[in-house]
Amino acid sequence: MLSEKAKNSILKLQDKYPVKRSALLPALHVAQAEIGYLPQKVQQEVADLFDLNVTEVHSVVTFYDMFFEEPTGKHLLHVCKNISCMLRGSDEVIAKFRAKLGLKPGEKTTGDKQFTLVASECLAACDRAPMMIANDKVIGPIEEKDIDSIIEETKKMDGHPCPVPNIDIERGASH
Amino acid sequence: MPELRVLLKNIDVPNQKDLAVYEQDQGYATLRKAREQTPDEVIEIVKTAGLRGRGGAGFPTGIKWSFVPKDPNLEKYLVCNCDESEPGTFKDRVIIEKDPHQLIEGIAIASYAIGAKKAFIYSRGEFYEGIHILQAAVDEAKAKSHLGDLDIVVHTGAGAYIAGEETAQLDSLEGRKAQPRSKPPFPAIAGLYGKPTVVNNVETLCNAVHIVKNGAEWFQSIGKERNNGTKIFQISGHVKKPGVVELPLGTTLREVIFEHAGGMLDGRTFKAVFPGGSSCSLLTEKDLDVEMDFDSLAKLKTMLGTASLIVMDDSADMVKVAHRLMEFYQNESCGKCTPCREGTRWMVQVLERILSGEGTQSDLDLILNVCDDMAANSFCPLAVGAAPPVISSVVNFREEFEAYVQKNPNADKPREMKVKAYI
Repeated sequence: MLSEKAKNSILKLQDKYPVKRSALLPALHVAQAEIGYLPQKVQQEVADLFDLNVTEVHSVVTFYDMFFEEPTGKHLLHVCKNISCMLRGSDEVIAKFRAKLGLKPGEKTTGDKQFTLVASECLAACDRAPMMIANDKVIGPIEEKDIDSIIEETKKMDGHPCPVPNIDIERGASH
Repeated sequence: MPELRVLLKNIDVPNQKDLAVYEQDQGYATLRKAREQTPDEVIEIVKTAGLRGRGGAGFPTGIKWSFVPKDPNLEKYLVCNCDESEPGTFKDRVIIEKDPHQLIEGIAIASYAIGAKKAFIYSRGEFYEGIHILQAAVDEAKAKSHLGDLDIVVHTGAGAYIAGEETAQLDSLEGRKAQPRSKPPFPAIAGLYGKPTVVNNVETLCNAVHIVKNGAEWFQSIGKERNNGTKIFQISGHVKKPGVVELPLGTTLREVIFEHAGGMLDGRTFKAVFPGGSSCSLLTEKDLDVEMDFDSLAKLKTMLGTASLIVMDDSADMVKVAHRLMEFYQNESCGKCTPCREGTRWMVQVLERILSGEGTQSDLDLILNVCDDMAANSFCPLAVGAAPPVISSVVNFREEFEAYVQKNPNADKPREMKVKAYI
């Protein structure tokens, strides 16, 4: 269930736009930051705040890469695999991360639910290739010897933050 | 030639993102100057300067602005496209993180010119730091009354390459899937919520500030005829000094790579470059003296695009490059039209087959045919951009593709290639 704080944050976001539906993407970011992901019942809550059929919300959630319908780890590791990073060795970096995190083929999230690893498309910091975003922190160029410390440093972070500024939520309220 | 920093002039100034620091170098003085003129006069300056859009298409900015109806009773919107997602592109990130007020001043000038009271900055959601910096800068500019009656909303996207296409961006900004709209009507007539809307790239809007500040003649004195001004080039891949560099349009490809990006990594040799992000045909050694501007690159059947140079040396495996890029376009296809949705997927399958040593000689013709058909029949520029990197890889480095095919004992014999529309 979304907290009253999150709902109010969403209502405030709606006020910024001439048509409130425009706030749907930011609102889903808010909901995801609070709950951790976007299960069907949370999509329904968001739909209610927008007077939308949940199907409409679902079509948006499934379209955009930053939304997750399944629980993720506390920390999100987006390692870029696009061309500039690939040329600088991102395939090896991703393989190394997977090995260090103990991810089996097909797995994205570690057994202890601490990390979700996403091999991502271009993240617009190609001068730092091979690069990644750990939660909200841009890191690169990554060398294989740095991977242990990147994982350790990320563990100290608060988790995956909301990209929308100035919002008020109860993090992990019903996680 | 030394770098010519106009847009990037202050990015190394400490705390440039703070309003007080921005104001020290005539910050927001140009906006006041613009408001002393009529909107039409401002449009005329930008038109005369010959500024062309920096987001990829190169459409003349002043002309785009002039398409907006003058009716004062019509609500109008300005949308700043900050959904920087083209592979190899990282110029807008630098501006919004280092010098956000320059962009906000450009947005305010453009909004004044077209009569918009509401502007949106559509930032890709992954710009965590940039979005917060932009929001703080907008709040500061508003608090010090620089924005007048203009309201600027910093909007957070959620990860979709196609949202960078202007009509898809409008659908996304309306809270829908980012899928392109059919044109006409163009956004200047019917855009956001069906109202007249101008969509401009971050770098384009920053250029408007300097044009209004220094005049059209100053802008025309930089670069070349029909290709005026500076351009922020972004160099990535196998170079010694990847990064951004601001140079006049028309600087040669060779100079950008070998002087400003430090040349190739030690002991390696230049092989190829995508000159304008990944959605264009690659260039090789013989093309290194091409001038990096809209028209010169168009003559070589490629494009300036976002001026993002993805440089490859002799270690690059062109089959893997083609496969990785096509996989990207497949992932990012919005699914609206069949040629793109099915074509990108089909190409990924064929390239996977070739990579795994199960390809045949006829697969190479198949790639060229499907790419041609896909690009010629798709709804929006995504698939039009997906074809050239793959076609140009096959055409220029066919022997690499054939080497993979030869691993298949059942492969048919090499034969003449058939290329239709492209190259």
